[in-house]
Amino acid sequence: MTLLLPLLAALQSQPGQEGGFWFPVQASNHAPFYDWVFFFILIVSAVFLLAITVSAIWFLFKYHRSRAPEPEPSTSHSTTIEIVWSVIPAFLLAYMFWLGFVGFMDHRTPPADAYEIYATGRKWSWSFTYPNGAESEELHVPLDRPVKIIMGSQDVIHSLFIPAFRVKQDVVPGRYTDLWFTATMEGEFELYCAEYCGKDHSSMQSTVFVQPEGQFNAWAEEAADFISKLPPAEAGARVFKMKGCIACHSTDGSVITGPSFKGQFGTERKLADGSTVVMDENYIRKSILEPNSQVVAGFDPVMTNFQGQVTDDQIRVLIEYIKSVKE
Amino acid sequence: MYDQSQGVNYLNCSRGFWSWFGTLDHKRLGLMYMWSVMGAMLIGGVFAMVMRLELFAPGQQFVDAEAFNQLFTLHGAIMVFLVIIPGVPAALGNFALPLMLGAKDVAFPKLNRLSYHLWVVGALFFVGVLLTTGLDTGWTFYAPYSTLHSQTAVVWATFGAFFLGFSSIFTGINFIATIHKMRPPGMTWFKLPLFCWGLYATAIMQILATPVLGITLLLVGVERMLGVGIFNPALGGDPVLFQHLFWFYSHPAVYIMVLPPLGIISELIATYSRKHIFGYRFIAMSSVAIALVGFIVWGHHMFVSGQSALTSIVFSAITFFVAIPSAIKVFNWVATLYKGSIVMKAPMIYALSVIWLFGIGGMTGLWLTTLQQDIHLHDTYFVVAHFHYVLVSGAVFSMFAAAYYWLPKWSGVMPNKLLGELHFWSSLISVNLLFFPMHFVGLAGMPRRYADYALQFADYNFWISIGGFWFGLSQLLFLAVCVLCAMKKGEKAPARSWEGAEGLEWEVPSPAPFHTYDTPPVVK
Repeated sequence: MTLLLPLLAALQSQPGQEGGFWFPVQASNHAPFYDWVFFFILIVSAVFLLAITVSAIWFLFKYHRSRAPEPEPSTSHSTTIEIVWSVIPAFLLAYMFWLGFVGFMDHRTPPADAYEIYATGRKWSWSFTYPNGAESEELHVPLDRPVKIIMGSQDVIHSLFIPAFRVKQDVVPGRYTDLWFTATMEGEFELYCAEYCGKDHSSMQSTVFVQPEGQFNAWAEEAADFISKLPPAEAGARVFKMKGCIACHSTDGSVITGPSFKGQFGTERKLADGSTVVMDENYIRKSILEPNSQVVAGFDPVMTNFQGQVTDDQIRVLIEYIKSVKE
Repeated sequence: MYDQSQGVNYLNCSRGFWSWFGTLDHKRLGLMYMWSVMGAMLIGGVFAMVMRLELFAPGQQFVDAEAFNQLFTLHGAIMVFLVIIPGVPAALGNFALPLMLGAKDVAFPKLNRLSYHLWVVGALFFVGVLLTTGLDTGWTFYAPYSTLHSQTAVVWATFGAFFLGFSSIFTGINFIATIHKMRPPGMTWFKLPLFCWGLYATAIMQILATPVLGITLLLVGVERMLGVGIFNPALGGDPVLFQHLFWFYSHPAVYIMVLPPLGIISELIATYSRKHIFGYRFIAMSSVAIALVGFIVWGHHMFVSGQSALTSIVFSAITFFVAIPSAIKVFNWVATLYKGSIVMKAPMIYALSVIWLFGIGGMTGLWLTTLQQDIHLHDTYFVVAHFHYVLVSGAVFSMFAAAYYWLPKWSGVMPNKLLGELHFWSSLISVNLLFFPMHFVGLAGMPRRYADYALQFADYNFWISIGGFWFGLSQLLFLAVCVLCAMKKGEKAPARSWEGAEGLEWEVPSPAPFHTYDTPPVVK
């Protein structure tokens, strides 16, 4: 063990913000211990693999037919040897389990005073809600303060994964799950969806912004009441991004998963059942709250239900934004 | 005893489509399984190569996200349900098991034929999926995506898997009965060839675990078609329940896929070292131990699923127990080489490479079952690397080893030496180029099932794709070896085709006669 520790330390050293050869940068409280355990298992495995490989190659050389025309008499069974090579690895395995257990319990036990952020996963974007009512599609967290993310899904199973923090947790519809961390490095870090969730799973990515507490608070204050401060269409554009509408609806005429909104307001839309409807304020409202009741012909009824997920104010500015998207 | 003077054997004793498709002969069924599985493998492999083509560089070049999702789903579903699960037990086991036991056939030949026909039905359902809307749920069919959101042919696929499940169950029943009742006089349990021990352990799992998969997939169909709430929380169901049911089968399924291949490795290393296997009883019992413990480790697929911390802790601890019998096998293989007289024939070089490759696949499992380590690694390419090392360079390489070993018995000619060795070296280098960098790209944080990726993953993916194309094309060499044997091009094989091969299957001529062992041999 005393021999291993310096080797572990050498493997762990990382050049600045870039991350090392093995891992992304260590940007949370969990990362140093996580990486240490990884390298511990790596060294144990490497020693065993090397021992197996070297002895196999040595035997292949020494007992090759050209050097050993006949097998030498040797025992074909030894209970002592079998027990030795079962019990010694068993101790190492027990220690690995213990390390994993300790680390896991730390991951699963958020401090009582953690700053709480609600996260919502939906096809195919993230939304984060802060204690002051602010909402964002990217995750903003204060530096050096424990943060607990409480997560729910609006549709299928997603998984929130921040490699630089070494955290991941599935986001399951119908229940809340959580994870926690203390960000220890200022900067921007990648956030992925790690559980396959359908068509645009691989673009369900976001960014974590870690800022010193003062800057973070200023951001949260601004984000909480932009609807009252900005012109409605401009605020709507922000809600359009924040709520993830942008993942399926374009504003430039191109068709993604759902219809584009370019120049559509006030026009007549043909529905899947053959009837028609005028795209007015009420149609937009209904399409947000009961999305699959009046689906435009040629599209699948796959939109996530936003009932209870958007406020009246947000719907109002969204309608203004959609009106503003013209030729 | 055997009249080979007219050159009559199981291959040419009768002719015509029905003499094959309707046959009750385990050797013909084994051979048909073999070609069918290779056909499915070709399709699954082409899907993988198209995926690697798309992932060659970041951005979207050849297929869009929707098509990509279909590719990885069908690659997984075909390789698991149509290739690896039937590949070793049904294809290799059918041919080898009765011969190794000196038995006339399996215990229930008609059930055996039904297994094959059900495989064909299951495969036709998958063809149906391919010809209609495809499938985009991942081979894991996770709810509620599969039950509510997917717009593809989920029900077709679940029915296909359902039929394949019964095919697998029937093979399991057959093999258990055969091993219990049809061993020749003198062959006690601890004289049973280790490949048969592997098949026996696998058969237990096929019988006990596969019905749960059938039930689970039916429930998916019920929720999808009838709207009964089982997994979808909007209907009062629980999506995590699906994962418990699914992995209750699909984790033992991993051992269904690897235990018989590891049994083959035990046979081959002893044969080509011209020694008795070291630690026979421990290897035999390790297969049974893995099979039994394998039933109670499924929760290690779900450490970040939302299951309780206590559940995860218990599953992690039990999973570590699987490492010990796995390690016992590897240590005993190496010990068998000691003081032997080793010949490096094609089956042996494959078997030796499996010691090392399966070792890597097993060791990466240590990280994944260490609770805290799994948090970062779960659902990244590290997992993809882990299970491909176990299933491709472990199970599939063992299948290659077995194929080279038994090809003389199947075809009557020795496999082409040059092509076989070329196939080995080409596959060995490319399989590592293909799967080794996946560990690093996973550690760096690239999630699996991604149609596109961030720029920092580009270099690794470039080399992974090169490895993928190379590995895929290398398999044409294997096809060439098989075709040459089928065309009888090559050195004629004697009854005992390999020096040092001691199993009962080598007592009968090559290719095997139609009727083998009318009276059981006596084992000393």
